[in-house]
Amino acid sequence: MDSALHVNQLVMTYGKGKVTALNDISFDVERGELFGLIGPDGAGKTTLFRLLTSLLIPDSGTAHVDGFDIVKDYKEIRRRVGYMPGRFSLYQDLTIEENLNFFARVFKTTIEENYDLIRDIYVQIEPFKKRRAGKLSGGMKQKLALCCALIHKPSILFLDEPTTGVDPVSRKEFWEMLKRLKERQITILVSTPYMDEAALCDRIALMQSGKILSIASPVQTLANYEHLLYAVRADGMYRLLNDLRAAPFTERCYAFGESHHLLPAYPNLSESDVRNYLDEKNYTNLEIEQITPGIEDVFMALLEKGSEEVA
Amino acid sequence: MSEVDNKTIPPVISVEGLTKQFGNFKAVDDITFDVAKGEIFGFLGANGAGKTTAMKMLIGIWKPTSGEGKVAGYDIYSETEKIKRNIGYMSQRFSLYEDLTVWENIRFFGGIYGLTREELREKGSALIDRLGMGEKKGSLVASLPLGWKQKLSFSIAILHTPQIVFLDEPTGGVDPITRRQFWEMIYEAADRDITVFVTTHYMDEAEYCNRVSIMVDGRIEALDKPAQLRKDFNAESMDQVFTSLARKATRSAD
Repeated sequence: MDSALHVNQLVMTYGKGKVTALNDISFDVERGELFGLIGPDGAGKTTLFRLLTSLLIPDSGTAHVDGFDIVKDYKEIRRRVGYMPGRFSLYQDLTIEENLNFFARVFKTTIEENYDLIRDIYVQIEPFKKRRAGKLSGGMKQKLALCCALIHKPSILFLDEPTTGVDPVSRKEFWEMLKRLKERQITILVSTPYMDEAALCDRIALMQSGKILSIASPVQTLANYEHLLYAVRADGMYRLLNDLRAAPFTERCYAFGESHHLLPAYPNLSESDVRNYLDEKNYTNLEIEQITPGIEDVFMALLEKGSEEVA
Repeated sequence: MSEVDNKTIPPVISVEGLTKQFGNFKAVDDITFDVAKGEIFGFLGANGAGKTTAMKMLIGIWKPTSGEGKVAGYDIYSETEKIKRNIGYMSQRFSLYEDLTVWENIRFFGGIYGLTREELREKGSALIDRLGMGEKKGSLVASLPLGWKQKLSFSIAILHTPQIVFLDEPTGGVDPITRRQFWEMIYEAADRDITVFVTTHYMDEAEYCNRVSIMVDGRIEALDKPAQLRKDFNAESMDQVFTSLARKATRSAD
């Protein structure tokens, strides 16, 4: 088995089968790939992480991490994976240095032995190494957690929403670190609620209600989606949103920062059709322009479609 | 949207030279700004820039070291109790009681905000209808998905129709669809002339605001409409504006 991750028809339920967390999931991740998982709360992302790190046992289906079976070979898997859970899970009352030493020792290694791998990240928090983890800022906690997940030189990293609640600058630094780890052939599976981060992955799986809706590279994702889209703005954005939704030519309309994005129900709807409709409603500073859909537009469309199919 | 540029209406938040000092450390360093009625005002800054400290002074929890300020028409030194009665507050960290039901939370917070029994019944039911949560009325908040909790929490924060609602990172960790539904609720509140004062780490969300301020090391380094800021900084997105300012910070983020 050559892929870093091979998942085959994985099913996981909770509460004696009442809640289906994962519903027949299959996919492969290549060695050295940076693979993103996105999807709403409750899509099953965290369950998938816990299965692949051998913390849960699936109802049915199989998965191999680095060629090892997640049930039978769990000891081997734990030696090979690094896991950063969604909630900060280090010892709050140990210092940076003590946390790192602890994790190194659990894996029968030392900070020195794998220092090379964590150096870029660790130098940023080293000046504070005597500080307790509980007293660190969000960005620093996240760097420490990544160091702890890397200290035993794993071949695969599992990162469950590592940047939630972290400011934009720290987020950028974090993704620069991931890029460097990828260059060292470490496979990374990462979930995120940020669409700009999804665009940085080699491939992205979109999950909803325990299923994978699509897997594609960011470029492919955009290429597969061809839809006419207008950006509309004016003074009085809330009224504008309601008016556009009520328009006979609207398939869907949603707020998108300073503009609303309008998905026409007809492929030949022109800008002037939209303008004529709105002209009667007395908007000031009205601006309409045709735009190219971004990755967030595409995922919104897929998610909406997915929830219609579930319903 | 209200007329942000209309100078005849007095601002609903107005601060001048606001400063908070801890020992030698100026957490908030001489900030001055106004927020108009019905405005959606984005309050941005990196972790540790001083946003939370500033917000705590505005909502009457902390006294400033120096400077002047009025919130909802009341003085931030001497009338903090009146301020608290005229604002709503929602934070990502604390908002609802997880082990109370949806309806119990509404009743509890409605009571704190001083609603009468009739008002509670009327406004509480309207809230439940608007959110489409009729079937979930008796469910524990702990059992709701994160997106529902956030929407419920926001609705409760404006249940008493405050003049201003303060939102501290309200949308952390939710998907794009839920985030949009949340922002529609913010639009609707602003349309009803409730002023919205919001912090966020999502720079695309800054674009929803009428104006945004960006704090760096305790000071407001930029304040304008998003489109104007992009122009001033010759940037394509608010993310670029933010990054070019925040990279200048000398203060460590803790």
